[in-house]
Amino acid sequence: MKSSTETTAKCEILFTVNGEAVKVLAHPMERLLDVLRNELGLTGAKEGCGEGECGSCAVLLDGMLVNSCLVPVAQIGGANIVTIEGVSAHALIKLLQEAFLECGGTQCGICTPGMILAAVHLLEKQAEPALAEIREGLSGNLCRCTGYMQIFEAVERAAQRRVAQ
Amino acid sequence: MRADPADYRLVSPGNLQAVLSLMAAEPAQWLPIAGGTDVMVLYSAGKLANRKLINIWNIQELRQIEVFPESMRIGAACTYTALREHEVVAREFPLLATAASWTGGIANQNRGTLGGNIANASPAADSLPALLVYDAELTLISERGERCVAYRTFHTGYKQTALAPDELIRSISLPRRFSGYFSHARKVGARNAQAISKVCLAGLGQIAGGAIRDVRLALGSVAPVPLRLSETEHMLVGKQIEPSLMEIVKKRVTQEISPIDDIRSTARYRTAVAANLVAECMEKLAAAGAKA
Repeated sequence: MKSSTETTAKCEILFTVNGEAVKVLAHPMERLLDVLRNELGLTGAKEGCGEGECGSCAVLLDGMLVNSCLVPVAQIGGANIVTIEGVSAHALIKLLQEAFLECGGTQCGICTPGMILAAVHLLEKQAEPALAEIREGLSGNLCRCTGYMQIFEAVERAAQRRVAQ
Repeated sequence: MRADPADYRLVSPGNLQAVLSLMAAEPAQWLPIAGGTDVMVLYSAGKLANRKLINIWNIQELRQIEVFPESMRIGAACTYTALREHEVVAREFPLLATAASWTGGIANQNRGTLGGNIANASPAADSLPALLVYDAELTLISERGERCVAYRTFHTGYKQTALAPDELIRSISLPRRFSGYFSHARKVGARNAQAISKVCLAGLGQIAGGAIRDVRLALGSVAPVPLRLSETEHMLVGKQIEPSLMEIVKKRVTQEISPIDDIRSTARYRTAVAANLVAECMEKLAAAGAKA
């Protein structure tokens, strides 16, 4: 039951998504995930659990991996958001895509945008992570299809190829 | 039912004084939100009682880690990632660095904060046993001023704290006198990542002349609050760690804890595991003492 009939005014929030400046009109507590999907048409980030457990809504916020279902949009004024749509030009993406294909790292695809972003975030911090570090870097991303080994192998392979380049 | 964002306010005063003024003007009305890893979960589920939220994520004063000769002061809004990446935390407070690495996955560590973990006051929180054994002190701040409280007195009951309605946790101070201690941390959960603990332990100890000179033990998920095992510690000081001590220790631990059955485990399992974790910690302390 609502304790009051008072509703909050929408506010204007300016930020950058995938290199483009955007302005949205939203209630401050709207989830970044909903703004991306519903206002900006960026449906790469998925809603899995809606409580920060599964990582399928992951995006990069000022270079940090975050779950966009747990970010109120009022906190991102002036921030730089990168979604899966925006990493297509990233130097690592071709390597990750190829490795995911070769290793069978993708099945239904729901977890894939979050997995790729978690892998990008990890490989930007560490060029050649050990298997344990790959497991940890991707530990916030759940996959119900692959059993994970194919994904870890794909990230390892992409990292090796980048170092060899 | 999912929350309607139109029912909630979220303001960003941008500096600490303005946050405290608002909290003083309407005590208990404004819920601080930093990384949102607890607050947003409740909100999304339609279970957040507060309709007014105040953004403290962007308050830089709450994000600093300062190192002094005798102590280290961690801003309440420091993330687990910031803790893990800090050299002095890694070197002198390994139990805290380890607990930070247990908390959620990387995305949650990038947003979750130590102050948030304390204020959320879950007895299952992974970082809180570490704060107990390191003798953490909290600085609480309101428009009325600052006060320091020993962390061990902060949790007054299940999800109850000593925080006044207009107060914010400003920082967590840790004395820098434990770097010479043996330390041991262990979490038992359903899986390694993203699982809330069934039981977790933080332990510190020192051996001198073959006997326990000092020992500090704390457990999560075994009582309404994160629990320091003062009675077990008292019993252990001065003892030699021998196989015959283990059954006595385990019995003492089971007398000191009061776990419950819940969604993650049972009281019976928690009791057995808590006792075993403390015994394991003593065995490792003995092995470290023998090597030294």
